[in-house]
Amino acid sequence: MTEEKKVTRKKIEATRVCKKIMADHFYEMDEAVKTGSRKIAWCTSVGPAELLRGMGFLVYFPENHGAMLGATRMATDLIPYANALGYSPDICSYLTCDIGSYLQKKTPLTMAYNIESVPRPDVLVFNTNQCRDVQDWFAWYSRELNVPLVGVHTHRDIGDIEPIQIKDIAAQIEELVPALEAVSGEKFDMDRFKEAVGYSRRTSELWRACLETAAAIPSPWTFFDATIHMGPAVVARGTREGMEYYELLLPELKQRVKDGVAAVEGERHRLYWEGMPIWGKLRPLSEQFSSLKACVVASTYCNSWIFDQLDPARPFESMAEAYTELFIVRDEPFKEKYISECFEKFRFDGIVFHDAKTCPNNSNNRYGMPERLSKKLGIPVLTINGDLCDLRCYSEEQTKTNIEAFIEQLEE
Amino acid sequence: MTNSSEGVFAGVDVGASRTKVAILDREANLIGHCVRKSGTDFSGTSELCLDAALLMAGVSREAIRYCISTGYGRKNVAFSSETKTEIGCHAKGCYHYFPMAMTIIDIGGQDNKVIKIDDQGRRINFKMNRKCAAGTGAFLEEMSARLDIPLEDMDALARQSTEMVELGSYCTVFSGTEVLEKIRQGKKVPDIVKGLFYSVIKRVLEMDSLTDRVAMTGGVVAHNPYLVDMVKEITSREVLVPEHPQLTGAVGAALFAMEAANR
Ligand code: SF4
Repeated sequence: MTEEKKVTRKKIEATRVCKKIMADHFYEMDEAVKTGSRKIAWCTSVGPAELLRGMGFLVYFPENHGAMLGATRMATDLIPYANALGYSPDICSYLTCDIGSYLQKKTPLTMAYNIESVPRPDVLVFNTNQCRDVQDWFAWYSRELNVPLVGVHTHRDIGDIEPIQIKDIAAQIEELVPALEAVSGEKFDMDRFKEAVGYSRRTSELWRACLETAAAIPSPWTFFDATIHMGPAVVARGTREGMEYYELLLPELKQRVKDGVAAVEGERHRLYWEGMPIWGKLRPLSEQFSSLKACVVASTYCNSWIFDQLDPARPFESMAEAYTELFIVRDEPFKEKYISECFEKFRFDGIVFHDAKTCPNNSNNRYGMPERLSKKLGIPVLTINGDLCDLRCYSEEQTKTNIEAFIEQLEE
Repeated sequence: MTNSSEGVFAGVDVGASRTKVAILDREANLIGHCVRKSGTDFSGTSELCLDAALLMAGVSREAIRYCISTGYGRKNVAFSSETKTEIGCHAKGCYHYFPMAMTIIDIGGQDNKVIKIDDQGRRINFKMNRKCAAGTGAFLEEMSARLDIPLEDMDALARQSTEMVELGSYCTVFSGTEVLEKIRQGKKVPDIVKGLFYSVIKRVLEMDSLTDRVAMTGGVVAHNPYLVDMVKEITSREVLVPEHPQLTGAVGAALFAMEAANR
């Protein structure tokens, strides 16, 4: 009988430190909740984290919790509880699994860090640059926990960005200050804010450099590795620890490139991943690609945490730029051009589009982009149907066959 | 005149619904074949199916020089040396019969595929149905049960239709309810059956555009050739169908086996 070959992959040394940063992030907040020593802000992943850091908040990211619920495969069982409250199975499964987790009092933090529950927020801060779901998500907690809700409403579907748009977003971020001061009980300190922006900027530069090591042939790491190692860039954005992590990771990756260490032994095919990760299937997918000698070398998703527009000298404006120039906020022609530029840099042989059932915002296969890009770049494309967290939307066998057939096609 | 004495090549296509085996001689003539319900024991069924095909070919198992399995249960075939996806095998099999650039429409028990190949037989693109039975053989099976008419009578019934009844639903289960509603309204069974066929075709045509020549394969087409006539009419295109449409994937696997043996 034909068995899939098991592949062993060389571990990235920095992983240990990555895990520690993630653990400390949660311990610190748990401690703060218990002692009341620091205020906690919940923030959307591309929300104004630097401002919150600069104002002394500990920052918690519900989307990161959603990803953990997905990765531990707890999500699919918890989503229905939110559905029963009127939150449709068709909307963001980060939202539904997170609310389900709250309702059922079950969190992966318990298993991973022996922490009973996610930290209770003192304020909820969103940015609609990703989608409207984040606002509705936080609004639910705002009502449930009676916690103030503030946010930034970003212009969406933008081609060329107008100065007026940046001005508007910068003003909106600045306008959050009084509300946040009221919660923190502290006066806004411009220097501390600038420092946080500086750390974020440096983190972004390093993160970009880490991702770009995958342009090497063979690539020293894969998209699946990067989804794990982006943890600190997400949760520790705007901190010294976050920055220092990538100062550690980058040389290791560069060394791998120098030594010709391949993430996928005998790399034969290079692919681009467009769309959300399928959190509950990271390992099987990573193993399948490896066994087929295919390395996913780049993705839109991991690139979404590069904010190198940030500039401590112009903190509000540069934050507005960073959070408006983002891929997810842009129009189709921009997105197409963006992926084409990635193609020049990473030299991949095909693109895998993940059509995530509950996240149209990160599913870019729905308006003919795969077909257009395939023609333009002269490479094949594949769309797989799945979801970030809701595994009811994912068919393992069909996906496996699709991927296998795609690689066969590349080999012809 | 076949050359089975010099060894044969076997292709086994274990589909979710049917298992198909094709035996080719070294000139790629189809000398033995068999189709069976896959059932729940994929491994056992593929053994039985292989034996029947070998019997037809008049050779023993020892004569098999190489065997490749494909399809949903491709990993369950103990005697195959390699697996290939059904997408690759259908393209291979179809190109063998019609060596030209074409769009292949395969309608299987649970999967639909639209595969595009160039004039060298290389795949350019393929699409599979999303995880839903709409437009597959399973849809027709479900409807035949609802209407209480044997599956094998569907084709003849559809041909008798004078006024096709169109179904609106995308979902197989809701289509079932719709069919009952049509019966209540006094619609004729042949007209409903033609509507069911039309619904299968619609589901497939919305998967991808048709380019170059069109070929159709798969069990549903094998048993319902009227579907092919309907596709011809709807698309105003000539539609090619290999001699044994249901065996196309198995033949493709056997052709891969032949290549592998000569590597
Ligand atoms: S962008 Fe998608 S995954 Fe992220 S919060 Fe919005 S709907 Fe959820």
